[in-house]
Amino acid sequence: MTASAPSAVVRPRRGPPWATADWWARLRYKLDVKGMPYLYIAPFFLIFFVFGLFPVLYTGWMALTQWNRVVPGSSDTFVGFGNFGRLIHDDYFWNALRNTVAIGVLGTVPQLLLAMWIAHLLHRRLRARTLLRMGVLVPNVTSVAAVGLIFAALFGRDFGLINWLLSLVGLGKIDWQAGTWQSWSALAIMITWRWTGYNTLIYLAALQAVPEDLYEAAEVDGAGEFQKFRSITIPALRPTIIFTVIMSTIGSIQLFTEPLMFNPGLSPTGGDSREFQTLAMYVYEQFWSHGKYGYASAVSWAMFMIIIVAVGVNYLLVRRIRSAT
Amino acid sequence: MSVIRVFPAHRRSAAPGRRRAGASTYLLLGAIVAVSVFPLYWSLVASSQDNSAVGSWPPKLLPGTHLLANLQQAFSQGAFGLALLNSTIVASTVTVSVVLTSTLAGFAFAKLRFRGSNAMLTFVVMTMMVPAQLGIIPLYIMMSQWLGWTGQLQAVIVPAATSAFGVFLMRQYLAEALPNELLEAGRVDGCSTTQLYWHVVLPAARPAAAVLALFTFMGAWNDFFWPLLALGQSNPTVQVALSTLAGGYYMNYSLVLAGTLISTAPILLVFAVLGKQIIGGIMQGAVKA
Repeated sequence: MTASAPSAVVRPRRGPPWATADWWARLRYKLDVKGMPYLYIAPFFLIFFVFGLFPVLYTGWMALTQWNRVVPGSSDTFVGFGNFGRLIHDDYFWNALRNTVAIGVLGTVPQLLLAMWIAHLLHRRLRARTLLRMGVLVPNVTSVAAVGLIFAALFGRDFGLINWLLSLVGLGKIDWQAGTWQSWSALAIMITWRWTGYNTLIYLAALQAVPEDLYEAAEVDGAGEFQKFRSITIPALRPTIIFTVIMSTIGSIQLFTEPLMFNPGLSPTGGDSREFQTLAMYVYEQFWSHGKYGYASAVSWAMFMIIIVAVGVNYLLVRRIRSAT
Repeated sequence: MSVIRVFPAHRRSAAPGRRRAGASTYLLLGAIVAVSVFPLYWSLVASSQDNSAVGSWPPKLLPGTHLLANLQQAFSQGAFGLALLNSTIVASTVTVSVVLTSTLAGFAFAKLRFRGSNAMLTFVVMTMMVPAQLGIIPLYIMMSQWLGWTGQLQAVIVPAATSAFGVFLMRQYLAEALPNELLEAGRVDGCSTTQLYWHVVLPAARPAAAVLALFTFMGAWNDFFWPLLALGQSNPTVQVALSTLAGGYYMNYSLVLAGTLISTAPILLVFAVLGKQIIGGIMQGAVKA
C-alpha cells in the first residue's frame, strides 16, 4: 500500500484577479497557498505525535527500565534488555502466548471459512437483501463488553443455556470457565459470533466484483460448482483473503475484552489457573494489578513483535494462493 | 498491495447471470440470522426475569415481567444515567473532531501542493499498522501524573480526536470525488483556502464523511479498554459502567444483562436506522477492523 502523488494539483496560475492590485493582498494570498496546507495537517499530526507516537516510543524506553509503581525513583533504573531476558524464562508469558495463539486459531480459521460460505449464500439473487445483511452484521455492532457478559451467561456452568442444550443430547455439564480447551472453544465461538458477519460482507463485496462471464465460460467448459469455486472464486478473492487474514491476525493477538468479561469477577488472570489469559491480559495484569510498568512495557513490545512475525508468516502462507492473473 | 479499497469506481449490482436463491438458501440464511440475533434476544429474556428465575433449569426462553424493575435497578446501582451522558458526549465530540480533522488533512493531501506531502502521507499510512495498545502504559502515566486528566472525559476524547485511518480515507475519497475544476473555479471567484474548505470541500466530502462519522461514533461508543483505565468507576462511560456492574463479588445476571441492554440499545437503534449505510461502508472498504 503506497501513497501515490495527488492525481492533480490545484495551484493558481498567476494568482486570481484580486491579488494583483496591492501587495498586502498578494502577501496574504501567498501565505494562504503556501502555509495553509501545513495548518490543515497540523491538528492531526499534533494529536498523533503527542498521544500516538510519543507513547509508543516511550513504551520502548520504559521496557528498558525497572520502573515500578511502588518503588520511588525506579523509573530511572536502567536495566537494558534485562526485562526481555526475564521474559524468556517467564512461564506465565509463554502460557499467555499459547492461549492467545490457540484462541486466535480456533476463533479465526473456522470463522473465515464460514464467512466465505455465507457470502456465497448472500451472493445469490435474493429478496430482502439489506435485511439479511443487517441480520448477519448485527453481532459486530454490539459492544465487546456486552458480548463478553452475554456469552459468560450463556456458557454458565450450572444454569447456562449451552449446557442445557448439551444436556438435551445427553451430555454432561461442562465448566466452560475452567479448563483450557473448554474456555478456548467458548471464546472462539464468541469471536466467531461477533466477527463472521463483518468478514462475510467483505467477501461478498469481493464476490460481486468477479466478472460473471468467467463463470459462464467455465460452465460451457463443463466445470462443476467446486471446480468453479477453486479455479475462479478463490484466485479472484486472493487480495481480499490476504486482507481478512492479516486483520484477523492483528485483532486476535490483541484479544483482551472478551476473555476479561468472560471471567467471573473480571480478574485479569483469565481463569483460576490462567487457562485463558491472553497476552494483552498479561500486560494488563503486570501493569495494572502489580504496577510493574517496566516489565509490562517489555511484554507489550514483545507482543508487537509477535504481531509482526505472525502477520509476516500468515502473509507468506496465504500468498501461495494462486493469483487470478 | 492495495489492501484498503476505498470507494471503487463502479460495481456490478444486479449481475444477470447470478444464481437465483432457492428455498434452501433462505432457510439457511434464516438460520444464520437467527443465530446472530439470538444472544441479544436471550439477554432481553434473561434481563426480564427476576434473579431467581435466571437460575432455573431448564432456562427460560420467553421474556418475563421484570424488565423495568431490572433496568431501574441497573440505572440506580450502576450509574447508567451518568454513563449514558458521558458516552454520548465522548462519542459525539470524538466523531465531530475526527471528521473535521480528517477532511482538513485529507483535503490538503489530496488537492494541495506542499513540500513533504508524499512522505508525510506515507507516514500516516504506516502509523495505521501500529496497534494502539502498544502506547497505553505511557498514555496512562501522561494522563495520571503529568496532565492530571484521569477521571475526566478529555482523557478519553483527546487521544481519539484524530484518526490516521480517517485522514487516509478522506484523502482517497477527495482525490477521486472532488473535481479540480471546482476548486479552480472557487479560486477564480476569490475564495481563500479556508473558504474553499467550507464551501467546496466539505459539501463534496459528505458521503465519505458520513460513513467515517458512523464508524467513529460506534467505535468510540463501544471502546472499553482505555476508558476503563482513564476514567475508572467514578465517571464511567457505559461500557465501563457495565464492567463495574459485572465486577462485583456476586454476579446478578438479570441485572448485568439489563446493563448490556442499556449499553447496546443506542447503537442498535443507530444500526436499525442507518444499517444500509453501515453495510455500504464495510462493503466499499471504508472500514478498518
